[in-house]
Order: sequence, then C-alpha cells, then structure tokens
Amino acid sequence: MINLTNIEKVYRTSSIETLALNNINLNIRKGEFVSIMGPSGCGKSTLLNIMGLLDEPSKGTVELDGQRVSTYHDKELARLRNEKIGFIFQSFHLINDLSVVDNVEIPLLYRSTNGKPRQTYAKEALEKVGLSNRIKHFPKQLSGGQKQRVAIARAIVGKPEIILADEPTGNLDSAMGNEIMNILQGLNDEGATIIMVTHDETMAKRTHRLIRLFDGTQVQ
Amino acid sequence: MLTNYIKIAWKVLLRHPFYTFITLFGISLTLTVLMVLTSFLDHLFGSHYPETKRDRSLYVMQMRTQDSTRTGSSSGPMSFKFLTEYAKSLKTAERVTICTFVNSSNAYVGSQKIKLNTKYTDADFWEVTEFDFLEGKPYNEQNIANSDLVVVITDDFKKQYFGNVAESVIGKDVEIESIHYRVIGVVRGSPVTRPFTYADVYYPYTTPKSNYQRTGMRGGYVAILLAKKTSDLKTVRDEFQSHIARIPLPGVEDGYKYAYVEVKSEPYVENFVGTLNGNKGLKTVFFGIIAFIMLMLIGLPAINLVNVNVSRIMERASEIGIRKAFGAPVRTLMWQFIIENIFITLIGGGIALVLTLIVIQLINSSGIIAYADLTINLNVFLVSLLVCLVFGLLSGVLPALRMSKLKIAEALKS
Repeated sequence: MINLTNIEKVYRTSSIETLALNNINLNIRKGEFVSIMGPSGCGKSTLLNIMGLLDEPSKGTVELDGQRVSTYHDKELARLRNEKIGFIFQSFHLINDLSVVDNVEIPLLYRSTNGKPRQTYAKEALEKVGLSNRIKHFPKQLSGGQKQRVAIARAIVGKPEIILADEPTGNLDSAMGNEIMNILQGLNDEGATIIMVTHDETMAKRTHRLIRLFDGTQVQ
Repeated sequence: MLTNYIKIAWKVLLRHPFYTFITLFGISLTLTVLMVLTSFLDHLFGSHYPETKRDRSLYVMQMRTQDSTRTGSSSGPMSFKFLTEYAKSLKTAERVTICTFVNSSNAYVGSQKIKLNTKYTDADFWEVTEFDFLEGKPYNEQNIANSDLVVVITDDFKKQYFGNVAESVIGKDVEIESIHYRVIGVVRGSPVTRPFTYADVYYPYTTPKSNYQRTGMRGGYVAILLAKKTSDLKTVRDEFQSHIARIPLPGVEDGYKYAYVEVKSEPYVENFVGTLNGNKGLKTVFFGIIAFIMLMLIGLPAINLVNVNVSRIMERASEIGIRKAFGAPVRTLMWQFIIENIFITLIGGGIALVLTLIVIQLINSSGIIAYADLTINLNVFLVSLLVCLVFGLLSGVLPALRMSKLKIAEALKS
C-alpha cells in the first residue's frame, strides 16, 4: 500500500544541515495497524508527513498503491491526499472559526460533494465517534477528547483507505486516550490502514507492528 | 463551498474588531470617494435633467479653421446664420436647436444687483431639452417671428427677482439691462455643469443683443442635433459632415485666411474630451492626472490592504495547512482568500454606499453646484460594484500568492 525506499530527509538552513531521516525502507500493507515509536526529534513526524504526502523526501522514492508520487504536481497530490488519506494530529488542528460539523465537512469540500450529502456524511462520521449531539458546537466549547474525536470524524468522513495519526492520544489523559485508541482499532477492524506515531508503549502494543526510530534511522 | 468561505471570512472579521474596524474604515472611505466621483462623472456626462435625450444627441460646440500650412488655427463657436445653413437644414435629424452658450447680464431689484447668466435660444430648444415648466410655457416660433420681448426664467431667479412669492409671475415684467421683458414661463433650473442648457434667463434669439443677424461663420452660437433614435447618430453625423464639406475653401473670416474648416458633431462625452483635442499635450496631461488620481484612490489603499491581509493570512497558516492536508489544491485556496477578500470589500462597499448617499445628499442640498442632482443610479451602482470587485481582487491576490507558497508541514507547526 505504502512503500518507502531509501528515504532520506535533510533540513537545511544557511549554516546548518540536519539529517532527519536516513535510509528508511518501509512497506505498509493494506489493513495494517502500525505504530512508530522513538525519542523526541528522531524523525517520527517527518516520516509520517512523507507517508502522508505533506512533505517531500530529500532522497528516495515514495509509492502509494504502486505509483511513484515524486513526479506528481500539487493538484494530483492534493487529490491523492483527499481521496486516500485521513490525518489525525496531536493538537487536533481544528478550525476554531468553524462549527464541529463544518470542520468535519472540510475534506468533502474539495470533492465537490453537494451541501446536503456533505452534511449527511459529516453527521454520520460524528455519530461514529459519538459526537452527534455536538454538531453545532465550536471547538472552543469542547474538551480535549471531544476535539480529538471531531478530528477523527474529519479524518474518516471521506472514507480514506489510510489514516495517519500523529500522537493522537498525546494531549489526552489515559482514559480518553484509551477511548480514542478503541475508535482507531474499530476503524482498523473495518479495513482502514492506520499508521500511528506514539510515545506510549501500551498504545503501541495494541497495534500489529511497531517501528522504532532513533536519530532518523529505523532500528526495529 | 462559498458558504464555508463566507462563514470563515465573517469569523475572521469578528476575531479582531479593531483590525476589522481599521480595514473596513479604509475600504469604505476609499470606495466612498470613488463612488462620489463616479456619481459626479455620471452627473457630468450622463443623460440627466434637462438633457435627458443625451443618448441620441450630437453636440456642435466649435468651429476650427486653419491656414494653408496648418501652422495657425482659430477656434470658437459659430454664427446663428452658419448653423442655420449647415445644421438646421439636416434632414436625418429629428430636431436641431441653436442657442448661445452662457452670457452674463445684470438685473436690479431696487438697488440690489442680481448677476445673471442668460441664453438666447430658438423654439426647438424646448423640444430638444426636457425642462419642467413650473409656470407658463416656452416661447414659440410666433414669439420669435414677432421678436416678442418675452423670457423664460428659472425658479431660482424668480425667487431672487420677485421674492418668495407663491403666486404665478407669468405676464409680469422683468427688467434686464434696461430692457423690459414679459415672463412667459418658469422652469426648474439646469445645473451649472450642463453648459448647453444652464442659464437663469432664456431669451428668444430675436430679442436685442443676441447678434443672430451677424454674417460670417463665427459667432456665439452652438447647436444640439437630436437624432430620432440612438442608432441614427452616425447617419446624422455623416449628413452634418457632408454639409460641412460644402463650405467653400479657402476663405477669409475677419481678416484670417483659412484653408481648412473643421466642425464636429459629437456625443456629449466625446465633445467634452474633444475640447482638449487641439492640444495633444494637454490631453495627455488631462488623462495622466485622471489616471494618477485613480491610482492614488485605488492603488494606495489596495497596497495598504495587501499588507494587512498578508499578516492576517499568515495568522491563519494552521488553517491553510489543514485545508491543504485534506486535499485543497493551491488554486482553490487562492480563490478562497480572494473570495473572502471580495466579501470584506463588498461589506466595505455597502458601508460606502450609505456614506455616498449621505455625501451626495449634502452636495445636492449645499448649493455648491446650483441644481446639482447627483444620484446613485444603476450605472453608478454597477461601476461602484465593479470598483469594489477590482479593489477586492487587487488586495487579495498578493496575500493569496504568499499563502500558496506555505509548506504544509511547516504551516501545521505554526
């Protein structure tokens, strides 16, 4: 499903060059639930960004469903992200000026889905994460766990095959973290491929496979 | 999608009320100035009272003669005789009126002097124009043939000369430059900005001092050629030019030997701009100043708004990152920001429209321009709307371009 070959990522400023990822080779199969662990600054989020087509590698190739994406232009990459990938972020990244339902609708806006079906799909996604009673609320009126559930609803509303979660439980207490993890596991059971960055060993143990990074290199 | 953009734009406006106030204040003030300017240009050049038929009128304002080497030229209005021969005889026109431009006179009420603007016209003047007769009627061919000492006066002059009287002044005597005239009609006056129709007192051209009998081509008269319909303007113009082409050349006028004669019949705007034709440099300066004023009025506030918008957009880097992550192509996002900006500009435009209505009401009632009738009609509104859109587009494109360069991963970190 996702195939990374010899991935290298270097961040350059005028005076410093930092190697964030070094020779990463990785193959994520359809339906897998994979966790990525490692100390802070080891390149976990960078790796996730590259897999999610949010960032480009300095070297190496990224293949999605057998297709090399390095030659794709902005419009094609945007379409791929929109149709195939859903993102969940540690700090939720909800748009505070939009209501819960409007936030969830965002991926559908870029598919030209009409207003009525768009709202129906968004409500269905919110129902799935147990937030159908909060559709008119605004992010500021929600707790951390509720925000993350909105973010999950937004990630799944377009029914993507892949969900990339960057420390989805990182800002939550353990009870809420467990709840979020249950939702992710449920999605994986329904067939979604999930790649999750986490610091939490117990969460990582609930996934099919664990990838460990250290100083930009894959160690396990 | 559009609703989503507008919702966001509205929320962004509410987010920083002071910022929003400054932005909207700038936009509204700029657009108010532009709208008042548009309204004034419409007042100058549009079809308004009493020249409501401007759309099918051609104006003949001056004759230009040149010597054989084309090094010297002379220009000015024409004689009544000349216009009768070359303009009044047009077969394709519905009507042709010959009148003077504005002349000055004095009248006295007791020892108080009233400075007057007067105009000599033919009877067709009242048919080509559409004056509101508040009292009486216009003079006719019979009055002109009889050289009757009659006048049509404006309501303003009536007030000055007869005082604030409610009763009719038709048949009453008016003494101007020691000649007694009988008032035959009272009209609502024409604004001073319409020199072909503006005056305080209108005389038949056969009354004293009109110089209508003057021979030769030059004099103090101008003409308005009224076509049956707008599409006939070219036919009327062609016929008029064919008449002008019959002027025997070369000739002598007041000792000046001319070899070329040019008399144009043009729609009002062209006629106005045409007065600058004689001097190419002057025309360049005129349009240069207009372009500069427009640039100052639109360009500078737009640049200022660009700066405000850039900082506002960068504040929203995270939102841009989210939208891009969930599949928004750069072009779609650029449109979002441009539409948001146009939305804000339209709000500013709405405020400006209200301010413009207040300003033009003040201008109309202040008496700065006598009989000023500035309005916001459909033309003015459409031009104003276009200006709003251009302004919104100008000030939205650059910030949107800046935004499009943001890397998703970096935007999400902010």
